[in-house]
Amino acid sequence: MLRLLETPTMPTLDQIPVGQRARIEALHGSDGLVQRLYEMGLLEGEEVEVIALAPMGDPMELQLRDYRLSLRCSEAARIQVTPL
Amino acid sequence: MATPSLPVETPIASDRLTVALLGNPNTGKTTLFNALAGLRQRVGNYPGVTVETKKGQMTCCGKVFDVVDLPGTYSLAPRSPDEMVAVDLILGHQEGEKQPDVVVSIVDASNLERNLYLTTQALELGVPVVLALNMMDVAAGQGLRLDVERLAQQMALPVVPLQANKGVGLDRLRQVLAEVASHHPTSAQGQKRPSFPAAFEQEVAALQAMVGEEVAPYLVRRLLLDVGGYTEQRLGQTLGASLAQQVQAARQRLASVGCSVPGVEARTRYGWIREVTAGCVQRPAQRPVTWTDRLDRVLTHRLWGTLIFLVMMFLVFQSIFTAARPLMDWINAGKGLLAGWLRDSLPIGPLTSLLVDGVVAGVGGVLVFLPQILILFGFIALLEDCGYMARAAFLMDKLMSRCGLSGKSFIPMLSSVACAVPGIMATRVIEHRRDRLATILVAPLMSCSARLPVYILLIGAFLSVGRPWWLPGVVMFALYALGLVLAPLVALLLKRTLLRGETPVFVLEMPSYKCPSARLVLRRMLESAWNFLYRAGTLILASMIVVWALLYFPSTDREDPQQRSFEEVLATLDQPLSDRRDEQKEKEEKLADLRVQLTQLKVQEQTLPLAQRGAAHQQCQQLEAALVPLEGEINDLKTAIAEIEKAHNHITERWKQQSLLGRLGKLLEPVVEPLGWDWRIGVAALASFPAREVVVGTLGIIYEVGEVDPGELSEAKEVAQTRLARALQEAKWEEGSARAGQKVYSVPTALSLMVFFALCCQCASTLAVIRRETGSWRWPAFTFTYMTVLAYVGALVVYQVGTGLFG
Repeated sequence: MLRLLETPTMPTLDQIPVGQRARIEALHGSDGLVQRLYEMGLLEGEEVEVIALAPMGDPMELQLRDYRLSLRCSEAARIQVTPL
Repeated sequence: MATPSLPVETPIASDRLTVALLGNPNTGKTTLFNALAGLRQRVGNYPGVTVETKKGQMTCCGKVFDVVDLPGTYSLAPRSPDEMVAVDLILGHQEGEKQPDVVVSIVDASNLERNLYLTTQALELGVPVVLALNMMDVAAGQGLRLDVERLAQQMALPVVPLQANKGVGLDRLRQVLAEVASHHPTSAQGQKRPSFPAAFEQEVAALQAMVGEEVAPYLVRRLLLDVGGYTEQRLGQTLGASLAQQVQAARQRLASVGCSVPGVEARTRYGWIREVTAGCVQRPAQRPVTWTDRLDRVLTHRLWGTLIFLVMMFLVFQSIFTAARPLMDWINAGKGLLAGWLRDSLPIGPLTSLLVDGVVAGVGGVLVFLPQILILFGFIALLEDCGYMARAAFLMDKLMSRCGLSGKSFIPMLSSVACAVPGIMATRVIEHRRDRLATILVAPLMSCSARLPVYILLIGAFLSVGRPWWLPGVVMFALYALGLVLAPLVALLLKRTLLRGETPVFVLEMPSYKCPSARLVLRRMLESAWNFLYRAGTLILASMIVVWALLYFPSTDREDPQQRSFEEVLATLDQPLSDRRDEQKEKEEKLADLRVQLTQLKVQEQTLPLAQRGAAHQQCQQLEAALVPLEGEINDLKTAIAEIEKAHNHITERWKQQSLLGRLGKLLEPVVEPLGWDWRIGVAALASFPAREVVVGTLGIIYEVGEVDPGELSEAKEVAQTRLARALQEAKWEEGSARAGQKVYSVPTALSLMVFFALCCQCASTLAVIRRETGSWRWPAFTFTYMTVLAYVGALVVYQVGTGLFG
C-alpha cells in the first residue's frame, strides 16, 4: 500500500495496451493469487508483452519467459509495471 | 455379460519399487505415463478429494516397477485437499500408498525456467529426482539449444532428453529410473537445492521445533510460505490457534528484513534456476516467429478468433446432436429387436418382463448415451491436446465470469444443450472445485435433446392447429431460452450462497499449439466411455429396474374371473389380433392385385379396335364389382382390429392404474392438481424418473393408445394428427374429480407440463453421473430437489397465470 502512495503514476499491467512491453516492478498482496503469479514466473524485474485482449476486453494474453499466459484484468491490476 | 477388462486392485508388494511422475500441465506427462505404464492402468481415488491418480506397471532390467501419475500442477504449494494429494503421496503420507523411490520431474524443454520451479520443490521432499526434458523437438523448433550434460552437472541430477510422443529417449529413462530407484534413499542426499535466505531458514527451524519432528520439514516451509494455504488449515486443527499467531509473527519478521512471503520463495527458486541453467540454454538473438505466434494472431483475435470459436462450437454441438443420431437409432433399433425376440421366445411372466422391460430397456437406455459421450470427448481431447482449449476458455471468460464462473465452464454448459451427461463429465477440465460444482449443478437446467420429444408432442397437439403460425416456434424458443437464462442465474446464486468463497485464480497457461495425437484422443474417448458405463451405467440400470417393478406389480387382474395376471389376459388378445392382421394383409394384397389387373385391362381396352371393346369392358365391370365386397371385408377387419387394440389398451390402463406407481399417482393427485394435471400425468411424470422422454411413452399407455416410440415423434411432422395427440386433446377429467367431464388439457396445462419438464431433473443418468463426478450422494440429491422445486413452482405459475389470462 505504501509503495502505491509513493508512486501514484506507475501503471498496472491491465493498463498496458496490446503490443506493448513492460517490466514488472511490484506485486501487491500475499494471497493465493499473488502466490500463483509468482509461481508462474511473474517476478519483479521480469519483462512481459501484452499479446492480445479477449473479445470483451478481458482477459489478456501475455508473453513472458518462454511461454504465454492469460490473466484476468482484475488479476493484472495487482502487478505494477514500467512500460518499455 | 463380459467381466470388466480393467485389472483388479492388487495390494502393492512392499519390495516393489515405485516411480512417481510429477509435472506441469501441458508437458506431455500423460503421454509419458502411457508410454511407461502401458495399457494396464488403474485409477486411484482418495477420500474427500476429486482428483485421481493413475497407476500402472513398468518393467526394466528384469524388475517390475509401479508407476504413479500425479495430478498435473504448477507448484507443490497446496491450497486445497485436491492439491495436497501430490504432496502427501511424495512424502509417503497418503494412506495405502507407499512413498515413491524416485520422482520423475517431467519438464517442457521449450519453457525450461518456469517448469523447473516445480522441480526445485520436488528436490526438497527427500526423494531422488530424475529430470525428464520432454519436447526437445519443440525447443529445437524455437531455436533453443540445450546443453543437456551441462545442465545435469550444474543441477547435480540425472537428466534425460525425451520426445515422449515419438518414443525417443524412453529406454534411457527407464534405465536411469531403475538405477536411481535401487539406490534410494542414499541418492537423494547428494541432491542440490535452492538455498533460502538465512532469516527464512531460522524461522523454519523455530517453527519446526514448535510443531515437532513428526511434521515433515517440507510442510513446515509450506506453513510459513502459503498464506491461507491448506497446510495452515491442516496443522492448525491439531496444533491450535497459537500456531497461527506464531506463523503470522514470523511472516512479519521476515517482511521487515525484506524476505516477505510469498515473494521470497519465487525469488529464491527462480534465482537458483537462473544459476543452474546458466550457459545451458542458447537462445537465438531474435526470437523466431513460431506457429503459435501466427495461429494466436488469428485464434485469439477479437473478431476472427470469436468467429472461428463460434463455428467450431457449432460443429461440436451439431455433431453431438446429429452425428450421434444414427448411432443412437441403431442402439434403439437393436434394443427393440432383442426385446421383440425375447418376448416371442420366452414364456409370459414377471421374469420375462423384467428381462425385456427392465434389463434390456435399461441396458439400451445406458448404451444410448455412448455415441454422444464418445463424440464430445473426442472433440474435447482433440481441442485440449492441440492447445486450443485454453484459447476457448480465454475467449469465453468474460461472458462466463458474469455468472461467477470462468471460461472453462463454457464447453460443459454448451454440451449440456445436447445432453447433460457428457456435459457434466466434461467439467473435469475445470480445476477449481467450487466452479466445477456450480457448473455440474446447473448443467442439467440446459434444455437437452431428451426434452425435445415432450415439447414436440405437446406443442404439436395443442399449439399448432388453429393457432398463429408463429406460436409453435416462439414456444419452442421460449422453452430453450428458459434453460439458457436460468442456468447462469442459478450458478450465480449458488456461487453467492452455497458455494461462496474467494474468487478462484484464473491465471491460465496458453500452451504452444501442437499436432494432436490420435492415440491420446482415442484413449480419452474410451476412458470416458468406460467411466460412464462402469460407474454410472449400473446406477441407471438399477433405477430403470425399480421403475419397471413399480409399474409392473401387482400384476394380477382382479376383475378377471380366473384371476389371471394382466399379461396373461393381454396375451389372449394377441392371437385374434395377429390372425386378423394377417387376414387384413392378405386381403389388401389381393385387392392391390385386382386393381393392377383392372388398370392393365383398361389400358388394353383403349388399344383394341372398337368392335372388340365390348367384351373387355364387360370384364372390367366384373372386376370392379369384385372389388367392392373385398373393400368392405377389409374395413370390417380394420374395425375389429381397432376394437381389440382398444380392449388391449384398456386392460393396460387398468394395470398401470392398479400398479404401485399408479396408486402413488392417485395419492399425489392433490399435489399436481394446482399444475392443471390429473393423476395420469402425475404417474407419467413419476415414471419418467429414469429419463424424461419416457413420459411420452407412458402417456401413450395411460391414454389407451398403445406404446409410443419417442423417436417416432421427432419425425412426425403432423404431430397433431397422431393418435396420442388426438387422445390427449380428447382426454377428460375422470368421474369423481371436481372437474369431471372437462377436458384435462387446456393450453395452460400443456404449457405447465412443458415448463415442468424443461426444469425438472427427471433423468437418472444425470443424477448417476453427478454422483460419480462429485463422489457423494449429497449433490445429486441437492440437484434433484432444487430442480424439482423449481419445476413445480414454474409449472404452477404458468398454469395459474395462464388460466387467469385465458380462462
